[in-house]
Amino acid sequence: MKASAFTYARVASIDHALEILSVHGEQAKLLAGGQSLLPAMNLRLVSPQIVIDIGELAELRGISIDRGMLRMGALTRHVEFLNSREVAASAPLLVDAVKHIGHPAIRNRGTLGGSLVHADPAAELPACMLALEATMIIRSRNGERRIAAADFFKGIYTTALHQNELLVAVELPVASENSIHFFHEFARRHGDYALAGIAAKATVANAVLSDLRAAFFAVADRPVLAEAAAGLVNAAIVPKLISEASAALGDELDPSEDQQASSSMRRHLARVLFRQCAEALVLRGGLNGATA
Amino acid sequence: MTAPIAILLEVNGERLEMDVPPRVNLADFLRDYLHLTGTHVGCEHGACGACTVRVDGEIVRACLMLAVQAHGKAVQTIEGLSDSGEIADLQEAFREHNALQCGYCTPGMLIAVQDLLRRQNDPSRDRIREHLSGNYCRCTGYQAIVDAVAAVAHRRRERTR
Amino acid sequence: MSVARGQFEPLSRLDRPNSYIGKTVPRPNLDRLMQGRGVYVSDIELPRMAHVVFLRSPYAHARILAIDAGAAQQMRGVIAVVTGRELAVVITPWVGVLSHLKGLKSAPQHAIAVDRVCWQGEALAAVVATSRALAEDAAELVSVEYEELEAVTDMRTALDPQTPVIHPALGDNLAFERFHVAGDVDKAFAAADEVVEAEFIFGRHTGVTLEPRAVVADWNSAEDRLTIGTQAPHMVQSIAALHLGLRERQVRVLCKDVGGSFGIKVHIYADEMATYALSKLLRRPIKFVADRVESFNTDIHARDHRCTGRIGVMRDGTITAFEIDDLTGIGPYSMYPRTSAIEANQVVNLVGGPYVAKAYRARTRVVFQNKNVMCQYRAVGHPIACAVTEGLVDLAAVRIGMDPVELRRRNLIADDAYPCTSPAGLRFEKLSHQDSLRKLVEMMDYARLRSEQESLRSRNIYRGIGIASFIEVTNPSAAFYGIGGARISSQDGVTIRLDAQGSVICQTSITEQGQGSEALTAQIVATVLGLSMERVRVILGDTDNTPYGGGTWASRGAGIGGEAALQAAKALRKNILDVAAAILQASAEELDVADNTIVSASDRAPRIELTELARIVYFRPDTLPSGIQPELMATRHFVPREFPFAFINGVQASWLEVDVATGFIQLLKHWVVEDCGTIINPQLVEEQIRGGVVQGLGAALFEKCVYDERGQLTNANMADYLVPMAAEMPDIEVGHVVSPTLESELGAKGAGEAGTAGAAAAVINAVNDALRPFGTVVTEIPLTPQVILTALGRI
Repeated sequence: MKASAFTYARVASIDHALEILSVHGEQAKLLAGGQSLLPAMNLRLVSPQIVIDIGELAELRGISIDRGMLRMGALTRHVEFLNSREVAASAPLLVDAVKHIGHPAIRNRGTLGGSLVHADPAAELPACMLALEATMIIRSRNGERRIAAADFFKGIYTTALHQNELLVAVELPVASENSIHFFHEFARRHGDYALAGIAAKATVANAVLSDLRAAFFAVADRPVLAEAAAGLVNAAIVPKLISEASAALGDELDPSEDQQASSSMRRHLARVLFRQCAEALVLRGGLNGATA
Repeated sequence: MTAPIAILLEVNGERLEMDVPPRVNLADFLRDYLHLTGTHVGCEHGACGACTVRVDGEIVRACLMLAVQAHGKAVQTIEGLSDSGEIADLQEAFREHNALQCGYCTPGMLIAVQDLLRRQNDPSRDRIREHLSGNYCRCTGYQAIVDAVAAVAHRRRERTR
Repeated sequence: MSVARGQFEPLSRLDRPNSYIGKTVPRPNLDRLMQGRGVYVSDIELPRMAHVVFLRSPYAHARILAIDAGAAQQMRGVIAVVTGRELAVVITPWVGVLSHLKGLKSAPQHAIAVDRVCWQGEALAAVVATSRALAEDAAELVSVEYEELEAVTDMRTALDPQTPVIHPALGDNLAFERFHVAGDVDKAFAAADEVVEAEFIFGRHTGVTLEPRAVVADWNSAEDRLTIGTQAPHMVQSIAALHLGLRERQVRVLCKDVGGSFGIKVHIYADEMATYALSKLLRRPIKFVADRVESFNTDIHARDHRCTGRIGVMRDGTITAFEIDDLTGIGPYSMYPRTSAIEANQVVNLVGGPYVAKAYRARTRVVFQNKNVMCQYRAVGHPIACAVTEGLVDLAAVRIGMDPVELRRRNLIADDAYPCTSPAGLRFEKLSHQDSLRKLVEMMDYARLRSEQESLRSRNIYRGIGIASFIEVTNPSAAFYGIGGARISSQDGVTIRLDAQGSVICQTSITEQGQGSEALTAQIVATVLGLSMERVRVILGDTDNTPYGGGTWASRGAGIGGEAALQAAKALRKNILDVAAAILQASAEELDVADNTIVSASDRAPRIELTELARIVYFRPDTLPSGIQPELMATRHFVPREFPFAFINGVQASWLEVDVATGFIQLLKHWVVEDCGTIINPQLVEEQIRGGVVQGLGAALFEKCVYDERGQLTNANMADYLVPMAAEMPDIEVGHVVSPTLESELGAKGAGEAGTAGAAAAVINAVNDALRPFGTVVTEIPLTPQVILTALGRI
């Protein structure tokens, strides 16, 4: 299992990376952390002619907070989320999520940008970005554009990113004081890809949820926001309400079948997650409502 | 087009300058170019942990890193960590507890364990198991390894008292 | 070191200063493994060594119409592209049958397929190049024209008339069939108050040794040197010589460090044979290292069984009969030389084994399929026999409303009922089922767990206890393979000599894959010779430098190799004392060896150091009394003669929790009580048990080779084939009972496979016990969350 031969370009600037991308198009692949690209190359599932190593680009690093927005460079390593005070304060959902990504050695190399652009339907971070209303900041030789997470994830391993574009950073609104969150996933073994997972962010007002964004992953070809979440907003979250919303969720989702789990299995687990999420939010938010 | 690239790096404290084809991963580079065969290859897709090494102090899977990505970095393998004495107490505990049988997972396991103990001096058994959840062992069933790590954690705490 | 005593007492085995038998002593020579300085096959580099990559069939069944290697041969670094036909000139095909498995049939298999490929992954050409990467590049350029054929991929229909016959010359897809009957079975079932039946389904597994299979073949004019991580070097020597047209003396097999085997590396693989042949053909060293995907596709698989079982039981708890109808789907060839019928044969042999019930009927059928080959993997057949037997026993207990421990107590063979013979015809020398069960119940505090289970149930938390008694084959005699015509040795030998510094060099024909063969040999030898262990060096794994033997498999290393070491050490000890007597002008009976020194047997006074004795023998024999010819080297072999196998027994328990909302199972704790006879090193025995248990737990919850209906292995990687990792495994407590075998002086039986034999059985029973309130019964592994939720009717 040795990768096919390729030309290697260690670029010194974003512009240089973009130039190579525009010249070589489909023949080129960007290398950031390599935790998804390299296994695929070792297995010869992908054999790019040119590998553009952006791993040392300082412009793609850094976590900062400015005017109520948390900005994270695309090259932020997963492990950095665990150690960052800014992230802990402004997007604690990400701290919980990152603990489920692979294993320590993977987290030391894997990047935020890599995970988002790879867009594995079972990945944690895309769902978190959806829940947190993140915006992808994308650069090409034509300049910069911004895409909301809701418009970014298009399908399995597919995003709105064009061939000649580079994801440079992600921005999201800093969590407000009355913000609570919940993250959980079901995986066969610690660190495995999830069979189903939920990343949820909510706002508490007057002992009810004024807003709830519950993004599911591993239940569709991309992360999906549960419309059924609306059922828990501005209401006392009593068991009956949870049941109804959970049933609605079941109707809403249409997971595909694969070797790891059947469609009904994933749907069932999603409903369990939704229930657990609702109960946890009640506790964390000190909300009106009784848990089952 | 796929010509070797010159890289400058440090391996176990030794500064090296070598030409290596870009496609060679760090595990194969260490084994085939430097003849440091203590880093083992078990799966080549990042699932087993046998190839775990340290790069700039952080544990990584050497099969998921290109040698050319190690340019300008300091790599430590099991040979280096062993010769420096850094993991001598771990090796002693592994011997006492028979925390290795065939020895193939052991280099990666020792490096991963040392990483844990540098971060946490009092890990619970569950925490130890969690940190090692990416290192496959088929021989021991893991318990002896957990026992050895817990023993070393305790001894290190005692030493710093 | 010795304490002065008023009255002399001869040193007993236990109070000798160098008494290592029964002690936990760290294994010698672990340093190099922990420093990353082990030598595994893939670490070996030889001058002019080339690398082979095999082109493998993407189809489960296809005719090879044409192979065009023109473009590949032009690639940089490519030395040769070799087809099956070309290689057949250098190496002959083989057939995996043994005469004592009546009716077993199989077709000839070539080192590289000629004309037809019969499973997805079978090699049809070899690309040899200066590096693995270049060989893989070239392999992509070999173009093959296939005619895809219909594949046989369902064992249930493999014998149907409309299913294609894989080998027309064989007539059908039945490789082997066996019937066995003991007692009046129909009468026993008719007399039973209750009859329970269940179908048990076992997922196909594979070993997933962390070090993949690897070999370096070095052909040098008329000699072939094979460095391979095999468990049985003499077997490989014999077979390589046979098929390459050589004498055995022309083949040397070397095993250095082996990164895990568990039976996976004890078989003859086509691609390894091809590598030996390629080295001969190309006259240079060739290295083959399977990558992980190749390993999944070509390492032997095991345990693909569907077994219907029936048990008859009286209301008072007496089991009246067992019956099974077993079906197993192997690959297109019976594996060579140990055959792919042994596992099924073992299932028939072992079902019901721990119990007194006399009526037993069994049928097993082994059918060919177009999937990877199947053969012996740790605990061969035992996990299936144990899961079926113990599963039926638990179902019987539920049916009559009896506690499962109580039902076992009433039916396990009494500890004083030996020797006896089981309904399957197995002869037991001495087992300890009842004592082991008592000990287990105490260790796990069974009563407390039962009450905890009950109180948690009222809070909708579902925990379960599963018990599994088992017997295990160890120390096999020629009854296993030899009588069928296989050149697999069932005896082993140890040669031992005192060197010029008073250290001991031991050459043994057993092999090491991490279980502690080196350690147990050193412990035994040091004990008998009165040496400290660091003075003992053990050499193994080299057909040039060890006696002829079987190697380590079927848990025979300690029982057979250990006994040979004991006898050889005793012989050397006698020779040493004879020389010492001559030097000291005493009689040998007055002397003993302790702490590296010849001492007086009566008061342990030191008389002469071994170092000094060696110096005299080797360098100053002129100072010895006339006529004496010192012999400081001895060889002894050992083969079990009385019993065809040394059976061991044990019992396991699993304590787990099932999350009925998600189907996830959490293993809380596991216990094993085992009786392997004399224990040489308690820690090594326990660690073998633990490792074996975790393999069984992996089988119970996670592992399965998933084939689609076209015969494609769909999960040939470690992300999709789930092996047990640290976070999901429990702590495992091990207890011991000791019933030594009288076959040998050492009294040791085997222990290597016991953990795997019963672990899955215990888990299945625990899950069903946990879910008892729901009335579900699941008898299929792996017990994935999806299987559990389906059984509960939640999805």
